[in-house]
Amino acid sequence: MSDYDVVIIGGGVSGCAAARELSRYKVKVCVLEKEEDVCCGTSKANSGIVHAGYDAAEGSLKAEMNLRGNELMDSLAKDLDIPFTRNGSLVICLSRDDMPKLKELYERGVANGVKGLKILNREEVLKKEPNISEDVYAALYAPTGGIICPFELNIALAENASANGVEFHFCTEVTDIKKQEKGYEVVTSQGVYSAKYVVNAAGVYADRFHNMVSEKKIHITPRRGEYCLLDQCAGAHVRSTIFALPGKFGKGILVAPTAHGNLLLGPTAIDIQDKEGTNTTREGLDQVLGKAGLNVKNIPVRQVITSFAGLRAHEDKGEFIIEELADAPGFIDCAGIESPGLTSCPAVGERIAGILREQMGLCEKEDFVSTRKGILKPATLSWEERAALIRENPAYGNIICRCEMISEGEILDAIRRPLGARSLDGVKRRTRAGMGRCQAGFCSPRTMEILAREWKTDVREVTKSGGNSCLAVGINKDAF
Amino acid sequence: MENYDIVIIGGGPAGLAAAVSARENGISRIVILERDKELGGILNQCIHNGFGLHTFKEELTGPEYAGRFIDQVKTLGIEYRLNTMVMEISHEKVVTAMNREDGLFKIQAEAVILAMGCRERPRGALNIPGYRPAGIFSAGTAQRLVNMEGYLPGREVVILGSGDIGLIMARRMTLEGAKVKVVAELMPYSGGLKRNIVQCLDDYGIPLKLSHTVVDIKGKERLEGVTLAEVDGRGKPIPGTEEFYSCDTLLLSVGLIPENELSSGMGVELNPVTSGPRVNESLETNLEGVFACGNVLHVHDLVDFVSEEAKAAGKNAADYVQESGTGGRDSVIRITTGEGVRYTVPETVCAACMDDRLTVRFRVADVYKNCYVSVYFDKDRMIHRKKAVAAPGEMEEIVLTKEQLLKYPGLETIHVKIEEA
Repeated sequence: MSDYDVVIIGGGVSGCAAARELSRYKVKVCVLEKEEDVCCGTSKANSGIVHAGYDAAEGSLKAEMNLRGNELMDSLAKDLDIPFTRNGSLVICLSRDDMPKLKELYERGVANGVKGLKILNREEVLKKEPNISEDVYAALYAPTGGIICPFELNIALAENASANGVEFHFCTEVTDIKKQEKGYEVVTSQGVYSAKYVVNAAGVYADRFHNMVSEKKIHITPRRGEYCLLDQCAGAHVRSTIFALPGKFGKGILVAPTAHGNLLLGPTAIDIQDKEGTNTTREGLDQVLGKAGLNVKNIPVRQVITSFAGLRAHEDKGEFIIEELADAPGFIDCAGIESPGLTSCPAVGERIAGILREQMGLCEKEDFVSTRKGILKPATLSWEERAALIRENPAYGNIICRCEMISEGEILDAIRRPLGARSLDGVKRRTRAGMGRCQAGFCSPRTMEILAREWKTDVREVTKSGGNSCLAVGINKDAF
Repeated sequence: MENYDIVIIGGGPAGLAAAVSARENGISRIVILERDKELGGILNQCIHNGFGLHTFKEELTGPEYAGRFIDQVKTLGIEYRLNTMVMEISHEKVVTAMNREDGLFKIQAEAVILAMGCRERPRGALNIPGYRPAGIFSAGTAQRLVNMEGYLPGREVVILGSGDIGLIMARRMTLEGAKVKVVAELMPYSGGLKRNIVQCLDDYGIPLKLSHTVVDIKGKERLEGVTLAEVDGRGKPIPGTEEFYSCDTLLLSVGLIPENELSSGMGVELNPVTSGPRVNESLETNLEGVFACGNVLHVHDLVDFVSEEAKAAGKNAADYVQESGTGGRDSVIRITTGEGVRYTVPETVCAACMDDRLTVRFRVADVYKNCYVSVYFDKDRMIHRKKAVAAPGEMEEIVLTKEQLLKYPGLETIHVKIEEA
């Protein structure tokens, strides 16, 4: 049995933010993740939006976490060497009748402490965003809204936590949690972990673990959101993140540029039962494409390169639950983290670490390293710098993914760094190889070969995303 | 910075034929930049036969066909660089490229021939709903895995799309020991060549379901099955027609898109129908001295026609270099499309600049039986050719002669259309 001071269940953005914050202290921490990599659940399939903070009710924990998370994001992104852009957001109001609702949002934002909010009239909106629908009446502008790559954020948090001593155990699914006299026994598919404290950051599964130790039950509904992602040639269609005003069409579909210059449309919102139900549906995709056009005109829908669905972890009360359980001392929930969970993660991590610091009387490490160096991106260099880089390491001269122009050097970096990529999706989320317009058609055989070489395994063992997701099932004619 | 008369982007069938032709027309400083590890392009993974019936009057495999041109390139001493990715081409024809050995380098080209080929449309382009497990491949990716790497991507296969690569892969997967359960095609007709339907499906008893598509994908890690449904006239699935096929592999052969990111980056104007550059009779784009040929220009079904087109592009680029410019294009005739014709390549012709004969290639929009291909010079019908069958999967052509055009001074428009009998 492995002993830890703190066991964090879940390697999503909340679990990894908590891990990274805890790694500031002299404490033995591990993260248990059922998948083969971090960022495999809700954290990988969302809008990639850093919300300004006018949505959540005044005084709610959601509002507090949103504002604090938004505020922390610049320095966190700088420390972790990941791109973060405050591109601003607009909530579009299409009719005069809906103005009271827009004003309500504005007032809530002001009450929540959102800075720089402004209601723009039709002309101001169209001047800012020429592709907004001609029907626009007004919009709420929030300059602090931003976009970030959820994969990079999640992976960077994990890498930084790992560099500061947090252990990560992958393919380790928690099956039971037993309350002990002091602490907990966490039973997993890979053995038993003993923990003085448990942080339950299990996303859509957080209710399952909560309910194993507490009599006061919670219930999380997976709320599916479907998205369509468009080619980078459509990425400049809007500059800001365009939200619909909740109105007669229900919760709207956003149109936003992504951190990497694609255009993202979505999400829908359907409550489902299956906690792994990340399938898209015809109705959902039709809804995304149909409704995106209400606020933004001329969306080049022929440029869709992929579609996907993510599950929001919606707790029945609609609020974040970040607290030690009254009837389970030492068990800290990080549950119900739906939107604005990505935005909030720096604050969520801070809050969880704060609870544990107080409980455990934690002392700071002298050697905590707050910064992490991201994968070198030759695309950000000048031609001269790039030429020098290739002279130094020729792998940067070998382009593997021709759509995103990702070199072998970047892929090797993604594989060889701590918590390195083990699968095609792992490489994709770290480097973008395979994320472009051909959706890995050209590069997957080459990336498979590199993965097999680096992990010293057979190409047939290389997977798309761990588990049974192998790509080559055999060799030619082996059935004869 | 290095200088070359002609820089050819891509060493597939188009690039190779263009290079040979440019050299035969007197150009010495030519370089082919190829991103893969060998010349030949997609032909290297097309190990089936049926190539070269027009060009060499014999039936070759893809690698053999490519080999004929590679031999010529080598015999003629044409320079080429492998594993080389072109990153950017400037409006002034400065080509920025890189590879492991030479690092990052720039070449000033007098003329550029675009021959980058095309890519396959991914699943997302069709918005096929369902899960996203392993086991969904574009047909070309599967072809590379099987034919070049020797790996079997799956054992029970459903293929969506009856384009030629999909049909060829139905046969290949069968020969390699997989069970191909069905080929589904959204349209009421196949997008592939008739001979491929016969030789790749019928001969192996593989059913082809026209007007069908995939409406759901099952499997969270590896693919477990797909649901097919019949579609109505507008391509919408008809409720109640769903049928589940258990399979571990779905191959997509749902269209090819000319790969023109480099072209647009340098300012080449594209035709939204072909997604390829707009060209004149010399296969020259809107940028003087920039030519295009092969699948980057428009998707072909036979490589023989790619070679023929590329040969013309190579010669025209050579003429351009030797005559220092194209110039003198005062009377330009537009080629317009009418009923049943989706596009033509080229889109304009200058009688004074053209060779004696000009092949104009096009595709029809639907399946037509007992129709006529008609060509009008302004109001006068000049060609009225009967076709037993014309289908979108088979490229059509007409030939214009210089003699004919010179007899029509002041001609403004050549109109190509399909007329029903």
